[in-house]
Amino acid sequence: MILTLAFRNLFHDRIRLAVTLVGILFSIVLVAVQLGLYLGASNMITANIDAAKADLFITVYGAKSFEDGGMLLTSRERHQALATPGVKAVIPLIVRFAEWRKPEGGSTRVVIVGTDAEDGGLAPINLVSGTWEDIKAPEAVAVDRTYFNELGIKGIGDTAQVQNTRIRVRAVTDGVRSFVQSPYTYTTLNRARSIFGDADGITFFLVQTEPGANVEKVRQDLKGRLEGAEVLTKAEFRDRSLKQWLFRTGAGVALIGGALLGSLVGTVIVAQTLYSSTKDHLGEFATLRALGSSSGYIHKVILAQAGISAVVGYLLGISIALTILVLSHNTALPMVMTPGLAFWLFTLTVGMCAISALSAIVKVTKIDPATVFSK
Amino acid sequence: MSQEPVSKEPVSHAPVLEAIDIVKDLGSGAGKVRAVKGASLTLVPGELTLLMGPSGSGKTTLLSILGCILTPTSGTLRIAGISTDKLDAEELAALRRKHMGFIFQSYNLFPTLTALENVRISLDVRGQKGFAAANRSEEVLRDVGLAYRLKSYPGNLSGGEQQRVAVARAIASSPSIVLADEPTAALDGENGHAVMALLARIAKEQHRSVLAVTHDPRTLSYADRVVRIEDGRIVGEERRPEGLDAPEIADLTKRRKAHA
Repeated sequence: MILTLAFRNLFHDRIRLAVTLVGILFSIVLVAVQLGLYLGASNMITANIDAAKADLFITVYGAKSFEDGGMLLTSRERHQALATPGVKAVIPLIVRFAEWRKPEGGSTRVVIVGTDAEDGGLAPINLVSGTWEDIKAPEAVAVDRTYFNELGIKGIGDTAQVQNTRIRVRAVTDGVRSFVQSPYTYTTLNRARSIFGDADGITFFLVQTEPGANVEKVRQDLKGRLEGAEVLTKAEFRDRSLKQWLFRTGAGVALIGGALLGSLVGTVIVAQTLYSSTKDHLGEFATLRALGSSSGYIHKVILAQAGISAVVGYLLGISIALTILVLSHNTALPMVMTPGLAFWLFTLTVGMCAISALSAIVKVTKIDPATVFSK
Repeated sequence: MSQEPVSKEPVSHAPVLEAIDIVKDLGSGAGKVRAVKGASLTLVPGELTLLMGPSGSGKTTLLSILGCILTPTSGTLRIAGISTDKLDAEELAALRRKHMGFIFQSYNLFPTLTALENVRISLDVRGQKGFAAANRSEEVLRDVGLAYRLKSYPGNLSGGEQQRVAVARAIASSPSIVLADEPTAALDGENGHAVMALLARIAKEQHRSVLAVTHDPRTLSYADRVVRIEDGRIVGEERRPEGLDAPEIADLTKRRKAHA
């Protein structure tokens, strides 16, 4: 009967119910989009770090992110690292911004990722056209198809100039977007060196440890040997990159702030409508109290009203959020929705509605059952 | 529903409700009013008692106290032998759940629930759920003559039918005490008589103690006892003599009033 009464109370006034549901819906859509974009941005920022087969990253001291590591390491650090007990492989990686000159004129910035995939460190992510062997061909690079327009090319075979080096697109990746809006351009380590005219400079060393080695001990040993370099775990490097782009630039704060604002707006709207609904039904709640119901029973009715609003509002909101997800697939900042985020959003909706119910519960707690005799 | 004869067998059982020297102050400071001034009353099973008095005499306040809805300023109230002195709001609610059924002047039915659901909810708050509760609700609605109105919403029922739903709701859990506040005030003559006959029948056949607050003279003929309240005090009590038919008590009351 609690659910029946809650359901009837809600659906009795359909306009107010519609206002409640629209409030929840907008809140959910706003939070889903903001957090979906946040997740999308996080994935973009850490995609190459996640794809790298490394237990540890050697970076220049103070390197802020994957894209911002400089080229200050040399083969000296590599040899020192290789001599460290427990280290199986030390794979060099060049990551650096470069100027891409479009065939038809104009230029844009790209991030050159120089890697030797056969070393087992980092291979171009999600190649959909061409292979690593194609990238090893003279002048060859791989770019993401999302950025064809921005790079002034139409597809495989097109040429351009990076710095002063002519390159040709030989392979294409899909969905490898750049948070800094400078497309990742994968090529071999040697070609990257050639593009930048630096025979020995390296941005990162990817360290793979021997099976069974104590990674933390290896890390401490490496720290002792490498002056002016930092040795980071994959998790640390991810966090550092995320902090750099999402928090130092304020982008993440804006996204999370938007999500918080969405939750707040939703809570206020639901609280207002639940409160006014409760106020309208105070006489009925007083009757229930006079009939001997416990205050807990009445609280359950109000919470059930909040719960029904939450479930219906969530289903509507998540449907719209998923539609936006599909529409954002080919944009520069695609939204991401994971089962975890969907579940979290549901929890947030229920929590938001439960908090909203508090004002109504406070109101109903003050009911004087004697009012049933004063009609 | 037709008026049913009231049993003439005397009822002599232990009191289900005892109110001793009840005082109730309403308001505070300069606006404080003593609404009930030392009222004492006892209810026993099998009796329909009327609490009668003019407007402002304190009868509804006293009913609220007897129903454990208001707490007295002083005095003792015992329900089924349990003193309410030290009970908090939740314990008083539990006492109402266990021992009492209420009938209100304005019916106080839930407009979004059907007649059947209105009765069921009174069982639901008492923890009686499922088919047993549904069957019991249907049974009491049939008992008050509303078998054909189970699925009707209050808005589609006449005043008399709504009050009968309220009566069914009050008795569904088989409480030992039924308290009614002006049960006929909003009803026409025929429906008023039907509801009073129903209350009298509940008192007699189901052996419950029914107390109705009223100033409706039509109700006198159904009473086993009439308690009069004026200015917050019980000023008189008339009991129908044994062997007297139900309608005759009304004449008796009239004669007593004439002598006074």
